[in-house]
Formats: sequence, structure tokens, C-alpha cells
Amino acid sequence: MTLLGRGVAGIAAAVRSKEASAREVLAESLAAIEQLEGELHCFHTVMAERAEAAAAALDEKVARGEDPGLLAGVPVALKDNMCTKGTVTTCSSRILENWVPPYDATVVTRLRAAGAVVVGKTNLDEFAMGSSTENSAFGPTRNPWDTARVPGGSSGGSAAAVAAGMVPLAYGSDTGGSIRQPASLCGVVGVKPTYGLVSRYGLVAFASSLDQIGPFTLSVADSALGLEAVAGHDPADSTSIDRPATSYAGLLEEGVEGLRVGLIEDFVSEVSPSCAEAARAAAEALGAAGAKVEEVSIPEVLHGLPAYYVIAPAEASSNLARYDGVRYGLRVGGPDVAAMNARTRGAGFGKEVRRRVMVGTYALSAGYYDAYYGQAQRVRTLVVEAFARAYERFDVLVAPMTPSEAFRLGEKTANPLDMYVSDVCAVPSNLAGHPAVSVPFALGAEGLPVGVQVLAPALGEGLMYRAAAVLEQAAPPAARGPVRPGGERRA
Amino acid sequence: MERISLAEVRHVAQLARLQLSDEELAVLQGELSSLLDHVEAIVALPTEGVAPTAHPLPLSNVLRPDVPGPCLEQRDALAAAPEAAEGRFLVPRILGEAP
Amino acid sequence: MPEGFDLVVGLEVHCELSTATKLFCACPNAFGSEPNTNVCPVCLGLPGSLPVLNERAVEFAIRIGRALNCEVRPAVFHRKNYFYPDMPKDYQITQYDEPTNVDGFLELRDGSRVGIVRAHIEEDTGKSTHLGGSGRIHGADHSLIDYNRAGVPLVEIVSAPDITSAAQAREYVSELRAVLVATGASDGRMEEGSLRVDANVSVRPAGAAELGTRCEIKNLNSLRSLVRAIEHEAARQAALVSAGGVVRQETRHWDEEAGVTHPLRSKEEAYDYRYFPEPDLVPLVPDAELIERAEAAIGLMPAARRERLVALVGEGDSPGLADQVQTAIELSLDQLVLDAVAAGAEPRLALARAANEAAAKAEGARALSATAFAELLGLESAGTLSATQSKQVLAVLIDEGGAPAEIARRLGFEALEGGEVESIIDEVVAANTAEWERYLAGDEKVAGFLLGQVMKASKGRANGKIVAAALAKRRG
Repeated sequence: MTLLGRGVAGIAAAVRSKEASAREVLAESLAAIEQLEGELHCFHTVMAERAEAAAAALDEKVARGEDPGLLAGVPVALKDNMCTKGTVTTCSSRILENWVPPYDATVVTRLRAAGAVVVGKTNLDEFAMGSSTENSAFGPTRNPWDTARVPGGSSGGSAAAVAAGMVPLAYGSDTGGSIRQPASLCGVVGVKPTYGLVSRYGLVAFASSLDQIGPFTLSVADSALGLEAVAGHDPADSTSIDRPATSYAGLLEEGVEGLRVGLIEDFVSEVSPSCAEAARAAAEALGAAGAKVEEVSIPEVLHGLPAYYVIAPAEASSNLARYDGVRYGLRVGGPDVAAMNARTRGAGFGKEVRRRVMVGTYALSAGYYDAYYGQAQRVRTLVVEAFARAYERFDVLVAPMTPSEAFRLGEKTANPLDMYVSDVCAVPSNLAGHPAVSVPFALGAEGLPVGVQVLAPALGEGLMYRAAAVLEQAAPPAARGPVRPGGERRA
Repeated sequence: MERISLAEVRHVAQLARLQLSDEELAVLQGELSSLLDHVEAIVALPTEGVAPTAHPLPLSNVLRPDVPGPCLEQRDALAAAPEAAEGRFLVPRILGEAP
Repeated sequence: MPEGFDLVVGLEVHCELSTATKLFCACPNAFGSEPNTNVCPVCLGLPGSLPVLNERAVEFAIRIGRALNCEVRPAVFHRKNYFYPDMPKDYQITQYDEPTNVDGFLELRDGSRVGIVRAHIEEDTGKSTHLGGSGRIHGADHSLIDYNRAGVPLVEIVSAPDITSAAQAREYVSELRAVLVATGASDGRMEEGSLRVDANVSVRPAGAAELGTRCEIKNLNSLRSLVRAIEHEAARQAALVSAGGVVRQETRHWDEEAGVTHPLRSKEEAYDYRYFPEPDLVPLVPDAELIERAEAAIGLMPAARRERLVALVGEGDSPGLADQVQTAIELSLDQLVLDAVAAGAEPRLALARAANEAAAKAEGARALSATAFAELLGLESAGTLSATQSKQVLAVLIDEGGAPAEIARRLGFEALEGGEVESIIDEVVAANTAEWERYLAGDEKVAGFLLGQVMKASKGRANGKIVAAALAKRRG
């Protein structure tokens, strides 16, 4: 078995015990990237030299007998919207094509402190706006299960890199499904934590009240470690929850005996037969493991998508105002500063970003604020309250993750709304700030992986992981990565 | 009949400081209109007496002590500037004063 | 005010808070540093950076609110969206419909009250310098931007349109400045821009109930420009209305040199700030403990301090004395005067030196040892030092500290022996016989000239009072 094949916990144990060096692990990861990157295009930047220096430093730390950290020697990939000091951070946008941040995101600092070795920055839809990674200014990422298909998005590069076995752990950001949807399409585990659990400091903002960073892994246990390493209070983020970090690893064996599980039927009827079937089968599997399972209707969740497509663009229109050609990034000159701003932004932003900036600007503008933004915020309350009522009756909820299996490149680019619908089951969790995970659970009608979603109330990551671990056990191994490009299973 | 007029689209592009061609504006008019049609599903929902949720967390009073910390060096602050001079960011002339 | 019209003025005062750091980051809140050195990812608006609210700025804002009799309320920060290159994020974090302080008032010296609509917290912008052309914004080829000031905490104090004359506007700002300095939240320096005033001015036919259309006047950098600008703008509007015209609601710029207001170049786009709740910050809900702590830190308010000071120096009949009292209060130098008098200084002399010479270095003067100040005033009262010498010693004392007598010695201000003065007078008389004859004949106009010659010959060491007395004595 390769070192990478041991997963996050296995690698960290091997490096800690000196059975393997961080450099050996890294070499495997860099070789896999070298071999597969041409076909998949997961990365914008591979930081081989810096990673080698970090791995060597970690090995010395182990040699000195110091604690190498929770993620000792684990190669990690970061979505290219997390700031890395001294390494270009593009957000897949022409407007930040050459931008080198002078500071590290808190997650990056924490990962390094935990002994992880950052190997590169992964592809995404520009500024995390999209569900296929096709909105990248630097070309799409391909799904390793079928390279004619998308990996999902916006964190497609991170999802595909884990699915293809290039790295055992990668991080993405989830504003309206951008971790969970690509996790589902790529057959990996993807978690959107409770809003405020992981610091957003240094995550280039898309929609500030919705964005959360979370891990991609091949297994639920690895996910728990990957989340633990970056979670916890950060005084640099005012929206960070101030409470001690918890370890989830110990909870995974606890099972779901006696837990009350609700299957959200409103989503089941929104998705393809194989995705619906996967969700029902998942509910049954939890029932078989001792949970009390019931179907539940929460009709408000279907208001989530339209509310999301007002709130997220509104916040984005403001968050993206700073890309004006004055302080950093692209500048397209003009006779005066306003003309320079407009030319820079017109040329620097891709179509989807411009579309959302326009929608968001409109939704906040005089005369429309109350009808659109204000109304969306009130509908957000309805969604939050509906979840609160559901969680009086249930400990966790189960739902389909995506409406379909991975679609073909170009299939949904013509009509933006077709793409937006990909997120219908995902966005309510972002609106409520609740945690949710996508667990690979089945192969669909097209032979591609289908994820199932477990939702939990705020700070319910422990419950969420317990249910996810049971689903993982019940799922056919063929439904999850790693796979070689084309879908062949990796050793 | 589109939900949003071309003049409105042009006005919004101006507010958003986006220079777009007439062709791009026309495409956006269609896209924005169909998106607004989709959003119409919630515009009509009865929400009287419902408080807006701006934020998913019930936090308040997150404060930091008034203690100075490190700053960037001037050269690092200016490193990414498209143009700089005399330790400052250089921009083309500004028409109109700050509001 | 032009006859037949009433003037209505509301003032918006932006006050920089004297915190150690900026509103949302740990960069120093300092004036006069090298450009772009007090900056970090947050106040440069770098992608991914996030704001965290400064606790002391909040406390200062509440002090200001309570000193202005405001109600302190739970507040929500909003984003005010507009593009401007001195604003790093292209939105300003400010308070909008739920500000921290609302519904207060300020009582002026004459007992009139001006309502305070709100006093809210917001961040300052950077500063631009304009290159080429006139150096002003219009006609410049390029602008240079320094973000050191970006993110400095401000409280914007919005008055009700209760002010009815330019003089009352001046009085309002003067008294407000005294209150702000007394709270310890501001240094009140208008020259350095720590206090910036915009005036909303309108006129209406005398006695009319409805308000006229207002213009907002910007660039008022001193009390003098405030008064001149309001007077000019009132006259302009009145003339316009009298001639059958209508006032257009607009923002106008005060041109100090030309003494006129002119409309700001109209922008292509109308501003639409698209305010919405700042998702990177959480609500600010001051609890009773925080409000009490802020209240406890507020010093004695100007009215009470004025009373105290007047009791010491007397009412007087010259407007000069009242002005000196107000200056001392405005700059918080009254305590220095009180302490110096307690240490034996002559009250009016102490006030004069405080309100004139010390006021120029107010910040240092507030830290001045009252004993040293009293000692210096004692030397002046005794005639050991001339007024000019005393002022010079005071300047050094404020800057460097030390003992006044020692500083005087260092500056060579030891009083001349009586004989020395007489011999210098001898020399001056011999060199200026014609003037001396005219002086003896009773021509007072040459007295100053002769005095000046003696002072010059003594290289400033002679005491002017003693020389004048010696000259008068010789004339008999």
C-alpha cells in the first residue's frame, strides 16, 4: 500500500512514529500530481519547493522528538481563494492573476502548525461562483471518474485532487454547496462546518454571511481530523465562535442507535431517481443501524435557493468592489479613475462574476432593497425557523446532495439558472449556518458517484459525523475514490 | 417583456463600475430578467412581522483591545500596486470629490 | 443675515477618536507618519481580511454620546457602498439606521440648545494628494494615495437644523470641541483634521414654517471659514430666492481664498449607497456596565469648568477675557490654570499665558507641571522676566520640561543689573540724539522706537517694563 493510501490518520501516525518521513509522503503526492495534473487540471500552483522545505523541517522536528502535530506530514491542497503569504492567490480570476498576498489565512497558519505540508493551490470557479469549476479564468478541472464531466464546484480542484488520490486532504469553501456538491460528484467526503467554526480570516470573501471553509477527504475519519485541525476560535474573525475546539475522532464509533433521523422529502422529489434512491437507501441504512427514521416535510427549504440567489450576489457585489485597479491586481488604464475602475472590472471579471455583481447591485439598489434583499433576509428567517422546528423532532436530517450525477462540461453553461439549480439541496444549510456533510453513498444510473447529505443543527458536527460514519460503512466501496482519470480504481 | 429594462441594466452596471459593451448589456438584461423571475417565488411570500436574518450567528459585542500590532512595511504595502510613486498608490485623475 | 430671510443650519462634525489603534485593526492611529506605513491587510482592504471592532473606540463613542445627552442604543454596522480610490474596500463601514447614540442635545454658553440627532461610529478614509495642474483635485493629472488614515475611528455628530446664525454655528462648534476634548475621546485639532465640519445651510422667508432647500458646504477647516462660508452661502441663497430663482440641493465646496462656495463638479452617476448590514461584524449592544464605565471616564463638562474658571479670574469687561476663558476650556487647559493659581500664580496672567501661548501647544501644555508653570509666572510677575522672555521660556518648558529659572538662564534671560540698563540707555541716547530730543519734548511716538533700540542693544536681555520706566524717569 502506498503511503498516501493510508489516509490522513495513517500518514500522520507513520510520520510521527518515524516509519515514514514527511519527505517520502510528499514525494508520492508530487508524483501523483505530476502524473495526473495534465489530464485533470486540479492545480493553479504546485508549491513543490516550499513543500519540500516544509516536509524536511517537519522531519527534523520529529527527529528532535518534538510533537509534529495532528496532521504530521500530511500533504494538503488549498482552494486558491485562501491567502498564502508569498504564493500567488488568484481566485481563478484575471483580476488577481498575479496577486501575491503578504499574509497567510488563519487556516493556513493552523495547518502548518498542525504539521500539514501545503503542496498547492487548487482550481475553482472564479471567486467561488459556480457549480462546475468551468467559470475558472484558467480552464476547467475535470472529474477523475469521467474526464468529459465536471467535478462540480466551486471547489472542483480540491474535490478532484482528493478523488484522484493526489492529496489525502484538501480544503474548499462552501457558500452555497461549493464543498458538498463537488464532493458528491467526485465520490469524496466533503464537510461544510457550522458557520463560525472555522476562521474566515484570509479566505477571499464571496458572501461573508454564508462562506465557510471545510475539508475534502476520502474517509469520514480523515474528515474529522481535517476539520479538527482548522476549527476553533480566531480573534481575527469577528464571526468566529468563541469556544474550545473539539475532537470528533472519538465519536465516530458511537453509531446512531436511538438517534432520531428525518429524511427531507421536499428535496427527494427535486432530484434524479438515482439521487433520490440514494437518499432513501441512506435513511434505511441509518434505520438498520438503530436510528428512528421518519420522513419529514420542510417546505421552507425550497425557498432557500431563490433567497440564496439574492443574498449571496448582494454580499458579493460589495465584497468584490475592492477589485478596482488601485491597490493590487489587474489595472486597465483610463483617462480618469472611474473609467479605469470600470475598464479594469469589465475586463478582469468573467461572465458569471459580472452577472452576480449585477444581480447583487440591483438587489441592494434604491427602490429594490426591500423587495429583494430585505425580503430574502426575511425568507432566510423562515428557513432558519423551519430548521429549528425540525430539530425539535430530529437529531439529524438526511437529504439528497445533488439533483444529478456529474454532468458534462458545457452541458449547463448556456443557461445560468440550470447551473444554479445544482445547489438546491445545499443552500439551506448555508442560510441557517448549520453543518452538513456529503458522504459518497452509491453509484448512479450513469455509473458515477452519488453523495448523500447529513444535516445537523449548529455545532452538531459530532452527530453529523456519527451518522456519516454509519453511512460510510453501509456504502459500496466502489462509490468512492480514489480513482484514476477515467474511473479506474487506484491501488 | 423583460422584467428589467436596458436602461436599468446600464444604470446598475454604472453603479457596479463595470464597463460592458451594448451586446453584453443586452445579454445581461435577459439573464437578469430570468433570474428575477426565479426569485419572484419568494418576493410574493407573506413575511409580515418576520424579522430579517442578516447573520446566522446570535453573536454580539465582539471587541478587540486597543493595542497596536505590527504593520506592513511600505514596500510590502505597495508591492502589488499597479502604479506607485513617493510611497503612495498612483491613480489617474479623480473627477468629482468624495461624497 | 440678509433682511427678510431666516437662516437654518445643521452641522455634521466628524471627530477622529484618540485611540492608540484604528477602528478595525491594530495599526497605529497616528498623524504624520511616512505614507503607507500604518497599514495592514485589513485597512488596505486586501482580499480575505476582516474587521474586528476596537473596544476603546466604542467606549470613546459612548463617552461622546453621553456627554451630548444622547441615548445609547444597540447598533448594527452597515456598509455604505461607493467607489472612491481613498476608500480601500470601496465601501465604508459605518452605522446607518441603528446608530449607537441618538437624541441628545448640546447647551451653548448663552443657554440655547442645539439638538443632536445622532452620533455614530464609522471609519475614516485615506488621503489623496493631487499631482500636476493646480495641485487641487480639478485639473490634476494624477493622484497619490496614502492609506495611513484609512480605518481611523470617527464619530460623526449630526446636529438638528436648530442653528440660526453663523455666530451660533461657531459657538456650537467651539462648545462641541470643548465637550469632545473634555471626554478625552478627541484632541479637537481642527488644523490637523481631527475635527472636520460640514454645514447644511438653507434660507427661508422670515417667519415661514417650511424649510428651504439646503446645500451642504464642505471644506470648512477652521471656525473662521465656518462663519465666512455660512454667511456667504446664506447671502447667495437669499439673493437667488429674492431674484425669483430656486436653490438646487447640492454639495458645495468652500473656497477659502476666494471667499465663495461653488458647486462640486457633478458626477456622472447619482450616488446610491446600497447600505446593508456589514456581515463581517456582529451587533454592538452596549451593556449597562460599559455605559457606566464610559460615563465615569467623562471629565467635568465645559459649562461647569467655565463657572469654575470665571470664579477664579472674575467676569471682566473685555470680550478678550471671555475668549481666553473659552479657549482654555475648549483645549482643556483650565485645570492647568487652576493648579497654577493654587500654586501662587496670578490668575489673569495664568489664564492669558494658557489661552494664548500654551494653546499653540495644547497637547504638551495639558501635561505641563502646574508648579513649574506657576514658578514661571512668578518670575514674570516679579519683573525678573519680561513678557517676551516668559513666553519663550514657556515654549521650552512645554517641549522639554525642566525648571523655568534654569531655562531662563540657558536662554540668557538673566535680568540686567540696573547699571547695565542705564549704560545701554546712555549709548542709545548718544546714537539717536534727534529722537531723544523729540521724546523729551513729549513726542510719545518715538518712545516705542527708543525702547526697541535699547532692547536690541541688550540683545533681548533687558526687561521692557524696566527700560520703559527708566526712560520715563530720565525725561522726569
